[in-house]
Amino acid sequence: MHKSKTFDLSKTGLTRRTALKGLAAGAGLAVAPGFVRYSQAQSSAPIKIGFQSHRTGIGAAYGRWYEKTTAAAIKAINDAGGINGRPVEVIIEDDGTDPGRGAEVVGKFATQHKTDIVFGTLFSHVVIGSAPAAGEAKMPYFVVSEGHHVASTKLNRYVFQPGITDVKSQIQAMAPWIAANAGKKVTQIFPDFAFGYDHRDYLPPALKAQGAEVIAQIAIPPTESSFTKYFPQIPAETEVIYHVMVGPAVLTFVKELGEFYGSNRPQLFGFIDSLEATDINSPGLEFLDGSHFWEGSPRYAQPDDSAAQKAYRAAVGIDDNGAAVGDPKDVSTAAHMFGCWETLYVVKKAMEDAGYKGPEDRAKLVEATEALTEFAEGHEHPQGPKTFNGKIHQCFGIQNISKVEGGKLKVVHKTKIEDGLYEPEGDYTTQAL
Amino acid sequence: MKDASPAKPYALHLGVIALLFALSFVLPDYHHGLLARIMVLAVFAMGYNMLFGYVGLLSLGHAMFFSAGLYGAGLAVIHLGWSVPAAFAAGILCGAALSLVIGVLALRTSGVAFMIVTMMFAQVFYLVILYFASWTGGDQGMVVPQPARVLGFGATSLDLTNPTVRYMSALALFSTVLLVTLAVVRSRYGRVLVAIRENEERTKMLGYDTFSNKLAAVVISGTICAASGAAYALLFGYVGSSFASVQYSILPLLWVLLGGAATTLGPMIGTLFMYYIVDITSGYTSAYLLIVGIALILLVLFFPKGILGTIRQRWLGWLP
Repeated sequence: MHKSKTFDLSKTGLTRRTALKGLAAGAGLAVAPGFVRYSQAQSSAPIKIGFQSHRTGIGAAYGRWYEKTTAAAIKAINDAGGINGRPVEVIIEDDGTDPGRGAEVVGKFATQHKTDIVFGTLFSHVVIGSAPAAGEAKMPYFVVSEGHHVASTKLNRYVFQPGITDVKSQIQAMAPWIAANAGKKVTQIFPDFAFGYDHRDYLPPALKAQGAEVIAQIAIPPTESSFTKYFPQIPAETEVIYHVMVGPAVLTFVKELGEFYGSNRPQLFGFIDSLEATDINSPGLEFLDGSHFWEGSPRYAQPDDSAAQKAYRAAVGIDDNGAAVGDPKDVSTAAHMFGCWETLYVVKKAMEDAGYKGPEDRAKLVEATEALTEFAEGHEHPQGPKTFNGKIHQCFGIQNISKVEGGKLKVVHKTKIEDGLYEPEGDYTTQAL
Repeated sequence: MKDASPAKPYALHLGVIALLFALSFVLPDYHHGLLARIMVLAVFAMGYNMLFGYVGLLSLGHAMFFSAGLYGAGLAVIHLGWSVPAAFAAGILCGAALSLVIGVLALRTSGVAFMIVTMMFAQVFYLVILYFASWTGGDQGMVVPQPARVLGFGATSLDLTNPTVRYMSALALFSTVLLVTLAVVRSRYGRVLVAIRENEERTKMLGYDTFSNKLAAVVISGTICAASGAAYALLFGYVGSSFASVQYSILPLLWVLLGGAATTLGPMIGTLFMYYIVDITSGYTSAYLLIVGIALILLVLFFPKGILGTIRQRWLGWLP
């Protein structure tokens, strides 16, 4: 007799009673504790994100706001169903803004907390110090640093920066506006360490391409607390002073610059990094009135803010002046912290594209992230639209130029994405996973 | 007075090495990785202890010797493409040469002046690293590429980024330095160093050239610290100026004080203790340094000679 190898329901004599019995048995099995655990492990166990936070050390002001923004983004993602139907859980470890501890923290996420990814680092030296540990653990490492180190392709295939543009791109995008609106002869004043060197190295060629020039570069040692002696080095024909001083000395710097020039000063252009988490109306900063700043995302609410931008600000809890709701003195790091929000949505998209289930899919997650090309402006990307170059693991977006006016920063120009594009310096995708 | 039998101390030290070897097979991944790092940094503390514990010279500039090894090895790989053994040797040589020069200059002073002079030299070293940022990576530092961190033996090779290889490499360095330190402090030379610490004038009167002996101690100390720095660069893949900052001159002092100055195993115990107290408390509060501070105060109150120093004083007088 021929035995069919297929199962034909119509020939099994299945009665309603046996079907119900089967269903009841199935339901019983499904609610059995062991089965529930198994089922959850497969489908609803949380996705764990290790947040390498600068809770202490020089980056603490940024770290606090990065945590707030991350918490808001995670709440929004979980409220909307999580990632691949699974809730997202954030585990925070303090790296003390120290590269040695940073590497240990990445190791801790990989081997103790067993997180799916590591995320959130800002300070460049911590990113560079931690990157080898991430690469060795094959741990996708999504940083929100704005340093050029990721795009330089000097790190490794597991390091990404998809939520904030890098400083080389930012500087390049500023040059056309400076040359056309502020002046053609530029003097740079910058701190004598790596953050300053990015500006020292990338601005001159960018300005030259716009028919302007850097006529003097004044590097100020990081240990300096008084700046008056450097100001005579500023050439008299200077039309624009481009300043990127950071740290607590910035208030003194601005005050002394004001005393040096009085009311007859050249145009001033700066990066808001100098004044993140600092009230623009602090005593001594009056001299900045009428000057211009780069901002990644505007600190002050703007009349033409999109609905997405308004919703983002409300979710994070910042008021129209960019300070914490209910505490006007707690000024945010608005120009950078949006990167946490946007990066987490990139992670969500990449995990969904990869069908990510757990750490065994980390390589798939890397490839899925590299395959991303564009992020449309909206709820997930409130700062603006972006493109992503999977070969150098870096996004490119618009930049804001804001004028200090009436004690607020008013956006007067938005650059185009193309203004910040440059030739890739390498290709991470050629590295083995 | 004749020394007690060497059997006990050597058995203890070999036992510690055997224990660390055995731990490699039972420790969970995270603690396995952390212990590798602790062993490398304990070597730094052992180098510091050589000078501070046995000669009584308090330096606040040992970060420069650690970073001489760190950059000597790291930059040799990054810029010159040298192999791991050659880069490691380069790091050690940089530390030895630097410590010889610094020793000749700084040993013209003593006490507080020695502290300040070593700190100033370390600060100069730190600023030199920042000044030559195009070579050193400045304050951001540089990554030692993963493919270059391989130890070749003919046709076979050992990947230093592999956790087991890394642990065993760290253990090999730690064991070598531990046994060398033990041999040095038990030798006639070690006795002279202790004599200098206790009464330099009397040692001079006995006919010893204290300057030469102290200089040799500075060089041994600096070279051990450089070996630790070179191993750190090659095993963990990062060189950065933060390792040359004053914080990394104070850390080995703390580790040694905690574990017990002038004890061979104290630096390891101090490093281990500090690492774990930071690691555990930082998981609960961002004010973990406050807890670390309180722990240090309690230790000073109840273990004024450090953990092993107090144990030696109260119970085990034979501890080296």
